[in-house]
Amino acid sequence: MAGSAARLFRSLVVPVALLLVWEGISLAGWVTPLILPSPTAVAARWWAYLTPMEPFEATAGPWWRWALSGELPSDVFTSLMRIAVGFAIGAGLALPLGLLMGARPLVHELFNPLLQVLRPIPPIAYIPLAILWFGLGNPPAFFLISLGAFFPVLMNTIAGVRAVDAIYLRAARNLGAGEWTLFWRVMIPAAMPYILTGIRVGVGVAFIVVIVAEMIAVNTGLGYRILEAREYFWSDKVIAGMITIGLCGLGIDLGMSRLTGRLLRWHRGVEG
Amino acid sequence: MSAATEPAIRARGVRKVFASGGREVVALDGIDLDVAPGEFVCLLGPSGCGKSTLLNAIAGFSLPSSGQLTALGRPVTGPGPERAMVFQEYALFPWMTVERNVAFGLEIAGAAPERRRQVVEALLLKLGLADFRDRFPKDLSGGMRQRVAIARVLAIDSPMLLMDEPFGALDALTRRSLQDELLRIWAELEKTVVFVTHGIEESIYLADRVVVMTYRPGTVKRIVPVNLPRPRDPASPEFNALKREVTALVMEEQARHQADEASPTAD
Repeated sequence: MAGSAARLFRSLVVPVALLLVWEGISLAGWVTPLILPSPTAVAARWWAYLTPMEPFEATAGPWWRWALSGELPSDVFTSLMRIAVGFAIGAGLALPLGLLMGARPLVHELFNPLLQVLRPIPPIAYIPLAILWFGLGNPPAFFLISLGAFFPVLMNTIAGVRAVDAIYLRAARNLGAGEWTLFWRVMIPAAMPYILTGIRVGVGVAFIVVIVAEMIAVNTGLGYRILEAREYFWSDKVIAGMITIGLCGLGIDLGMSRLTGRLLRWHRGVEG
Repeated sequence: MSAATEPAIRARGVRKVFASGGREVVALDGIDLDVAPGEFVCLLGPSGCGKSTLLNAIAGFSLPSSGQLTALGRPVTGPGPERAMVFQEYALFPWMTVERNVAFGLEIAGAAPERRRQVVEALLLKLGLADFRDRFPKDLSGGMRQRVAIARVLAIDSPMLLMDEPFGALDALTRRSLQDELLRIWAELEKTVVFVTHGIEESIYLADRVVVMTYRPGTVKRIVPVNLPRPRDPASPEFNALKREVTALVMEEQARHQADEASPTAD
């Protein structure tokens, strides 16, 4: 108990010290608030960003809808929705293709050269094409996010299927498994550690791409909001938005990590 | 064809050639062997004598280059659940619990859930795994893993058990208790067992007949019947007389193996 308290204390020392120095610099007036607003100003702005703009009215609907009616909850929801849709498209294409490419050398030979050429192109470089093809709004954002998620999931799935220990296939065949059973009951679960790594990396890339896409193609979401705030020189809101982005990313990664731990509790690399 | 006269396994002139670094290696040559239903046969020899190759051929993982190989009266053309294999590396599915591993063969054979539950339950009890049913293989000791592997093949009720050095990675005490357990199961369920080992004592302790194989190419050097009543006492004079005889045979082949490894042409 004392150990965990001490650990918590140690983990807070540097952030708290940084905040104090930052606040001190602001209070001393060394930097104009336009360039670097004080932490308290950022916190106040973050609170204003988070909370509803209208006063509560019982006739308008349930209280929780009002509580989430602020700008920030709506931005977070919009960005997460874009990640979810884009990721679902990208991973939904990458997963079956990766399984096929891993399991069938012919499919690998057919697709690999093209994919190796396309893979190093960052999703950001598709922005001009995305706008030409899909215009503005959600479609180019979905396109860019799905591209970002596609390759990590694909590459890891291929590697995962190829790394399946042949002894599991032998054992399953010996017990009477046909090709279909082998694929669904042996190959996919055996490749799951790799596939989940790909999904985790893919979600991370999707999160980066959504911010960029929102700065370019749409006028909602966290990425749009911090760019908009800059245009009004609301640097406190820029930083409040950045902190929100950071917290969302942390939340997603923690969620993925727990999901991975749960799904891979059989795996040697994971603590029981 | 009655089950009593038809051998469980029949090999005639089985030959297996591998390509290795541009050279051809004859792993098996001229293997003639009959295994009777319900018989316990050990394949014994030094590394490189082709004993595992022969077992893999019977299992259908790696078919002979030439010669005839039949199991239960049918030519071997591929792996099948009537020739269940227990691997040295256990080969349990690590993503499945003990219970799911044992149930796997029945599940894919489409057994009714009720029957599946009964069979799995009985096997978990028989092999002392009931308290470990929800564990994953990574949380089990080597001995427990091999029990699960045995339960997994017993679940599909294969008439034949093919065992590839199944106890090779276990410590001596665990090995002995698993040997006794295997003999108990074999006697109770009347399985045909082909058991690959390089343990001389192990082979005499277990087998009805010990097939001593030659080093490269693998041929049948001699078949030694073990006519000792079970349970066998490894300290008895009869056991030791047999052990001396078999050891002499195996060591001749081991000497050839070592000579081959020492020669510059060997890879």
